[in-house]
Order: sequence, then C-alpha cells, then structure tokens
Amino acid sequence: MMNGTWKVDARDGKLAMAHIYVAFVALALGGLAGLLQVLVRSGKFELPAGISYYTILTTHGVLLGLVLTTFFIIGFQFAAVSRTAGTLSDRVRFWGWVGFWLMTIGTAITAFYILIGEASVLYTFYAPLQAHAGFYIGLTLVVVGSWISGFAMFAHYAKWKKAHPGQVSPLLTFMSVVNMILWLICSLGVAATVLFQLIPWSLGYVDRINVLVSRTLFWYFGHPLVYFWLLPAYMIWYAIIPKIIGGKMFSDSLARMSFILFLIFSIPVGFHHQLVEPGIDPAWKYLQVVLTFMVVIPSLMTAFSMFATFEMYGRSKGATGLFGWLRKLPWGDARFFAPFIGMLFFIPAGAGGLVNASHQLNQVVHNTIWVTGHFHLTLATTVVLTFFGAAYWLIPHLTGRVMTKAMNRLAIIQTIVWSIGMIFMSSAMHFAGLLGAPRRSAFSTYGDAPQALEWIPYQIAQAVGGTILFIGIILVLIIVTNLAFFAPKGETEFPVAEVAEQAERTPLVFENWKLWIGIAVVLILIAYTVPFIDMIQNAPPGSKGFKLW
Amino acid sequence: MHMHKYEKIWLFFGIGSLFVFLAVLGVGAFAQGSQPPSCLTTIDPEKVDQTPPFDQPGLVKTGDNEYQLNIVASAFAYIPNQVEIPKGAKVTINVATKDVIHGFEIAGTNVNMMVEPGYVSSYTQTFDKVGEYVVLCNEYCGAGHHLMTAKVKVVEQ
Amino acid sequence: MKTQLNTNTPKTKVEKEPALKGTLASVLFLGFFLIFTWVSVYFLFLNRL
Repeated sequence: MMNGTWKVDARDGKLAMAHIYVAFVALALGGLAGLLQVLVRSGKFELPAGISYYTILTTHGVLLGLVLTTFFIIGFQFAAVSRTAGTLSDRVRFWGWVGFWLMTIGTAITAFYILIGEASVLYTFYAPLQAHAGFYIGLTLVVVGSWISGFAMFAHYAKWKKAHPGQVSPLLTFMSVVNMILWLICSLGVAATVLFQLIPWSLGYVDRINVLVSRTLFWYFGHPLVYFWLLPAYMIWYAIIPKIIGGKMFSDSLARMSFILFLIFSIPVGFHHQLVEPGIDPAWKYLQVVLTFMVVIPSLMTAFSMFATFEMYGRSKGATGLFGWLRKLPWGDARFFAPFIGMLFFIPAGAGGLVNASHQLNQVVHNTIWVTGHFHLTLATTVVLTFFGAAYWLIPHLTGRVMTKAMNRLAIIQTIVWSIGMIFMSSAMHFAGLLGAPRRSAFSTYGDAPQALEWIPYQIAQAVGGTILFIGIILVLIIVTNLAFFAPKGETEFPVAEVAEQAERTPLVFENWKLWIGIAVVLILIAYTVPFIDMIQNAPPGSKGFKLW
Repeated sequence: MHMHKYEKIWLFFGIGSLFVFLAVLGVGAFAQGSQPPSCLTTIDPEKVDQTPPFDQPGLVKTGDNEYQLNIVASAFAYIPNQVEIPKGAKVTINVATKDVIHGFEIAGTNVNMMVEPGYVSSYTQTFDKVGEYVVLCNEYCGAGHHLMTAKVKVVEQ
Repeated sequence: MKTQLNTNTPKTKVEKEPALKGTLASVLFLGFFLIFTWVSVYFLFLNRL
C-alpha cells in the first residue's frame, strides 16, 4: 500500500515539530537540574545564591516527568496518525494547535511559579504542602490542552474508520488512540483533585483539604501515567523497529491485544503507590497488587514479540544457532541501537517494578532511593532512549533533512555514554536504597549517623553517573539541533513495519471501544469504590495549607 | 487467535510465576500477619498534642518485653528523637503528624511508613538485632526535610 | 490478494512455526532475572522481620 517515500504533510509536521522543540528544551533544563542535584548530594557542592535543592528537584521532576514526556508523546502521535491514517483535516490540525498552545502556556505558568520559589512541592505536589495557585492552574492548562489534542486524534481516527468500513485501523493510529483513551480516563483523577480540591484551597476559597483523598486521586492518575509514557515506546518497538532492521512485525494481533490489556489493567492499581499509608484497608491494597501483577502480562508478551521479531529477521538472513541472529542486527544504526538498549534496560527496570508492587516487599524500598533508581531505568532509559532513537528519523523526516554518518556515529556514542552513566547512577541508587538511603532528600549525614555515612560513597557514584548522563544530554541536544536546523537537505523515511506473511488477519474486536472501556471502568469501580467512599465517610478533620520550604 | 508454541510456554511460565509471587505475598499478609502498615485510626491533626497516647510521647511498657513507642512528627523533628529498646522487645510504634505528610523509616529495617495528617500510623516490629539505627523522614516535607531524624538504640538487656 | 484452491479440509496454519528457540531462551533468561531479583528482596524482607 504505502511505500517508503510517503511523507507526513508539512503542516502536520510543523505541529509535531513544535511539540518536539518544547520537549527537548525541557530535557535541557530538566537535565541541568538533575546534574545540580547529584552534585549537591555528593556532599561536595552547594547551590549558589541560596537556591533550594527542593526547588531544583521540583523543576527536574516537572520538566522531565511531565513536560518532556507529554510533549514528545503528543507530537510523535500526531505525526504517526498523519503518516498512517492520512493527512489531518484543517479542523483537527487547528485543535491540535489549540492543545499545543494551552499546554505550552500552562507549562510556562507552572515553571514560573516553581522558579520563583512559590511551588517547591515536587512533581507530585502532595497536600497539605500548598503551592501558589498559579502552579496548579498552569498544570490544569497542560492537562486540558492534552485532552483537546486527544479528542483531535479521536476525530481523525473516526474519520478514517468512516472512510474504511469494516477494516482494521492502521496499527500506529490504533495504538495512539488507545494511549489517549488511557490518558483521558486516568487524568480525570488528577484533574478532580486539582480542580475541586487544590485550586479552591490554594486560592483561599476553602480552608481545609482531605489529604488522603487528594493523594488517592493523584495516584489513580500517577500509575497509568507511567504507561502513558511507556506505550509510545512500545509503539516504536512494535510498529517501527521491524522496518528499521529490514524485517517484519511478528504479530499485529498480539501487539493490539497487549495494548488493550494495558488499557484495562494500568488504571485500577494506584494503591501500590500507597501501600504503606494509613487510612486504606490492606485487603483493598492487596486487590490492587493483584491487578498490578496483571499489567505485567502485556510486557511479558512484548518481550517475546521483540525477540521473535529479531530472531525471525536474523534467521531470514541465514543466521544459525541459538543466538546467531543477534549478529545480524544493525548495531551501527542508531535508530535501532538506542531503542534496543532501551529494551535491554527494561529487564532490570521491570524486575525492580515487581518488587515495588509487592505488598509487604514495598516496605523494604518505599521512598528510598531504590525507587528513584527504578524510574531512571524505566522512564529515563527505556522510554527516553527509545524516544531519542525515534527522533533520529522523525526530526529529519519532518524537517526535510538527512542524518549524516557522523551524526549517526555520534548518536551511537550518545547511547553508550547514556548507558554507562545510567549503570553507575541507577545501580548506586538501587543498592543505597536497600541500605535505607532516602529519596527526595538533599545532602545530609543525619547527625553523622553511621548508617548514613555508609550511603555517601553511593552518592558519589550517583554524582559520577549523573555527570556522565549530563554529557549524554549535551550530545543528544547537539544531534537533534543538527537534525532540525543544520543537517543536509534530503528525504528521510518514516519507517512503518509490515506484518510477517504467516501472521493471521487481525480481528476487529480490538476496536470494540465500548467493550474495552467498559471493562476498564468496571475494574476501576471494583478496585476503588469502597475504599474511596470509606475515605470520605470516615474522613478526619481536613488540613490547612503549609508552605514549609 | 494463533499463538506460537513457545509463546504459550513463556506466558504459562511467566504468568505462573506471577501467581506464585501473589500467593506468597497473600499468605504472608493474611495468614502470617505480615500486612503493610494500614492503620485506620483517625486523629485531629491540630489536637495531636492533646490526644492520647501522643500527649505523652515516648516508650511505654505494655507487657513482658512488649512496648508501645508513641512518636509525634512535625516539621522537622520527631519527639522523642532518641529511644533505647531492649533486645528482643516487641514494639508497636505509633506515629502522628501535626502538620504535613512525613515518612517514618528506620533505616535497614522493615519499619517504613507514611505519616499523614488526620491518621495514626502504626507498625509492630520485634527488635532482635543490637545496634544503633537512624530514623529519618523519607517523604518531602519542606526545607528541613533532610534534617529530620531520630535514633533508635537496641541494647542488650 | 492471492487465492489458494485447497481441496484438503482446511487445517489451522500449524505447518511450519518459525524457529524461535533463541527467543524462548532470551525470555526465559529475562524470567529468571525477574525471579532472582524478587526472591532476593523477599529474603531481605524476611531477614528483617
């Protein structure tokens, strides 16, 4: 059907690139914050001008965890649906721009309040620490903007379905739709706490806030948030990487099935972030732990699909033996290499995640720096390296340029630098965490406590790793700046994988949205209704606001 | 829908392992009493100092080598900030906060819980190992968060 | 699309499943890593009880 010279329409490309520019600016600033953090925590560096560590930490979390991710994902998805379901209509594109500007203005407002020190509440903004109302209002605009973009993508999908009755939608479009449905359902939770609790409270219209309800609504959002990040990486692995290596997709049906399983199981699980909190009956905690383990299954399926794709390709090129197919993969191609390293890091990342979710085991690691080590593997390596790898063809495709051999080589080096830095930093974080070292904390010896002094060498290792990672950030910024503005003009393919011959026709059932959304909602109601009503009915007196930073 | 034989084997093994983990966790929690801290007792956060047992924070003997340790948390200190516990003692630790969310972690142990305004946090631990343990706040609570600390000394009888 | 006249009773496409021994080995390695990590922390938890 579509051949390799298919180009995303220039107007859609502009919309996608706008998002990508913001994403990489966020990466630069958020990465700088991270460097300052590891230096402070080594004990050998103090922030100048009385700047608070916690202001820097808030900046780091918001810019990297919320801005970089949301902008890159929405930009990538607009490009992907334009590429596979046809050029956006003027109306869809218009609303995409509305979404973009709302998100960008919201980001600027929130960033302003953080940087002037009025919102050092970290990216989870737990009550009753109270930020300036502007912080919450800015975030609201970001979320509303993302909803508008989500509905724009739904409209584009609906138009394709109407023009192709009875046909299965293109895989990348299907996956983008699933991800935005997931985002919509889960962000209702954070929107509820921000709109109905935090904003009125920070503006002074209400005096007190129910802290446990606010946290519960946040984590109802906070866990699926990480799947909102992960699913676009899986999109790239399933629907793009096979084309890059010159092979075929292992199974279109299984890929869609895994996404539907994510839609169903990633939301009713927020309690595994609240396992050591009071006010929630442990039976409900355990139920949500069981549901959390269910969401591991589509990742197990994805691991199989990826290896199978690589092995089938390798054997088609004559590889023999158990692992001979590994040698046939295009290691010198950064578009493959970066995401592949991301996949590899997902092995320890997933292992750590299983521990985090495991009911009592959580007591060993909760709020220790192990958790930070974990999400620097999942988000900051698996997802981010996959996004970098995609940027290496997406940016030149959209800007009408080509990646030179030199830039490709630099990208390979960037991936290796990132890996080395992350191995140092994340390993040190995991082990220090097991020894009890806390997360979200500036440098301290806790009164020269012997246990705390033991953590310092790990923090030095984290500083070494973090510094190397910052070099990695500089490298990727050089590459993407080149690809966006200075690389030679030319045509770069937007690779989209085709399915292997022996795979079956995909059934339409995966697009039975009423069914899947229905199941997702039922599971959410089962997992949350009783404990949530309990929190409200047995609520203690609410809390006034505190500004303790 | 057709699935490769090896994928069936993998998923059988993988999903089976998940269920084994869940069973171990479930038995530990519901049959052996190893639940994560989940106290449902509420308290008025502005009246912590007047509400027993937090009106007299500290270590209280409740039986033969059994104690209650009642601690008041606030930004940025624990009261009491030092306690001596005899080796082998079974201690129920109760913590309440007067202001924002704090953490209560005894480093290197399973004692690790969130302390939230409006709720009492409680966990029972038997201290079998002699030593000096640092207690720290592991949930961000403001400028002095990394200075919020206490000491637990487990001593020979 | 290609059409195929098949006079046999249609069987499910089980004739030649692709050779995926390396895939099975890889995911089993992944599985053992997950189990090893989980069991290690589990024992740490038990040890601290």
